Amino acid sequence: MPTLPKRMTDLIHRQILPLGERQKLLQLQQVGKVFNGGVTALHDMSLAVQEGDFISLLGPSGCGKSTALRLIAGLSTPTSGRISWEGGKGAGDLGVVFQEPTLMPWATVAQNVFLPFRLRGKSFAEVKPEIDEALDLVGLSKFADTYPRQLSGGMKMRVSIARALVTNPRLILMDEPFAALDEITRHKLNTDLLSLRERIGCTVIFVTHSVFESVFLSDRIIVMAARPGRVIEEVQVTAPYPRDEVFRTSADYAAHCQVASAALHRAMGEAA
Amino acid sequence: MTVTTPVLDPEEAKRLRDARIERVAKWLLPALVLVLLLVGWDRLVVWNEIPKYQLPGPLVVWEQLVKDWRMLFEALLVTLQITLMALAVAVIGGVGLAVLFNQSRFAEMSFYPYAVILQVTPVVSIAPLIFIYVENRTVGLLLCAWIVAFFPILANTTLGLNSTDHNLRDLFRIYGASRWQRLRYLQLPSALPYFLGGLRIAGGLSLIGAIVAEYVAGTGGIGSGLAFRILEASYRLNIPRMFAALLLIAVSGVIIFAGLSFLSHMLLRKWHESALKRET
Repeated sequence: MPTLPKRMTDLIHRQILPLGERQKLLQLQQVGKVFNGGVTALHDMSLAVQEGDFISLLGPSGCGKSTALRLIAGLSTPTSGRISWEGGKGAGDLGVVFQEPTLMPWATVAQNVFLPFRLRGKSFAEVKPEIDEALDLVGLSKFADTYPRQLSGGMKMRVSIARALVTNPRLILMDEPFAALDEITRHKLNTDLLSLRERIGCTVIFVTHSVFESVFLSDRIIVMAARPGRVIEEVQVTAPYPRDEVFRTSADYAAHCQVASAALHRAMGEAA
Repeated sequence: MTVTTPVLDPEEAKRLRDARIERVAKWLLPALVLVLLLVGWDRLVVWNEIPKYQLPGPLVVWEQLVKDWRMLFEALLVTLQITLMALAVAVIGGVGLAVLFNQSRFAEMSFYPYAVILQVTPVVSIAPLIFIYVENRTVGLLLCAWIVAFFPILANTTLGLNSTDHNLRDLFRIYGASRWQRLRYLQLPSALPYFLGGLRIAGGLSLIGAIVAEYVAGTGGIGSGLAFRILEASYRLNIPRMFAALLLIAVSGVIIFAGLSFLSHMLLRKWHESALKRET
């Protein structure tokens, strides 16, 4: 973006290349997870994540999409298969947004966004520019000194997003982040998330059970089925970014939704 | 549409009036009860001509308090000193043990049952033993008061340390937080409201502990607190002084509770639900 304000230079802004030309970022090779009762939460999942991808994991509940996310996040270890980061995984390579905003109620908005740096032993003053920019990116500059309880649900989610991207991670994981919000807020945040991605070029894996949300946001939709959780097929959404409200009402969008919806039905049919 | 003056419909006006009445009644009613009790007490004594070595009237108690002020105030300071020291040690011990139990499951398994045993055994029954084995009277008093006061802090803080948000825990793991960082930046702040709840209970209990310990420690020794003065006055049938000392103890208890409540409010008012005023 040529017209970024001056202090927008603190976070690295990557260029998003077209789908076929992207660098490899993360590889899941036949990853499986069996919980101790013998329940197969995820079976043989293979996925190549490339830099700049916006991947949605779409599927019914129990299809292992959240399990996959937890495995990638390193919160649990796979029973079989392996997950490998291109060039190894460093501190701050990963940002996470949960379904809940998951903010510390005793800390101000800025202190919440500061958390990933604090845990790496940095001082607030040292990373203030990054924090300011992250808050600016989600449109909350004026609320830096506010406590979470004074914010609306949508604003809390924005803080959560700011915290996830403040370290300029190579990958941001989002686990149904907007599921608990009302539709108006949800649409607004969807649009804002996309323009955010345009500006900083982050790679996102987004878990959702909404066909419409996945088509609007992503360029790759991984459709998953339940019992056992597994990948059924991949749908690519070729519509160009930036996407906005016009795209949401276009025939192109509707067509893609139909394709994704059909894939999801196949996934549900297989599971039944 | 322009509204220049606020319009109050009957319902809103009634709510406003009710709120105002409630604000006044909150103070007025207990004050009224106090006055009625004092007058009733006074009349009971005067009309029945009860001698003051049986039941002194409120005025006699007040006169005695003024007359004995120096002695009673000194005794109060001694008791308060023990109380506050015990509370401080209870905070250190309670929080320290809670953190230890939280960090080490094995330490918790090993020692928690004994913390409970210590708590459920009445301090009056342990105190005589303590004063046999502990030479220093102040240390003995402290120990007794501590035994009574530390448990609510331990129990509440333990609960608080274990009540952290699961997603926040995951987040700390993802960012590679050390145990110390998790404790310092996540668990201790989460536990603060719980700790403060325990602290308010412990404040009252350490006063009780100090008084009970003084009774058990008896009249021998130096540095006499309020309980000692009550005992002494009872031997001399100085009933008014017993009442005066009792009054001081009760007032101290109330002040301790109010002070700790205020502290709790100041620490939590910015973020915790308990300190928020609901807008209706």
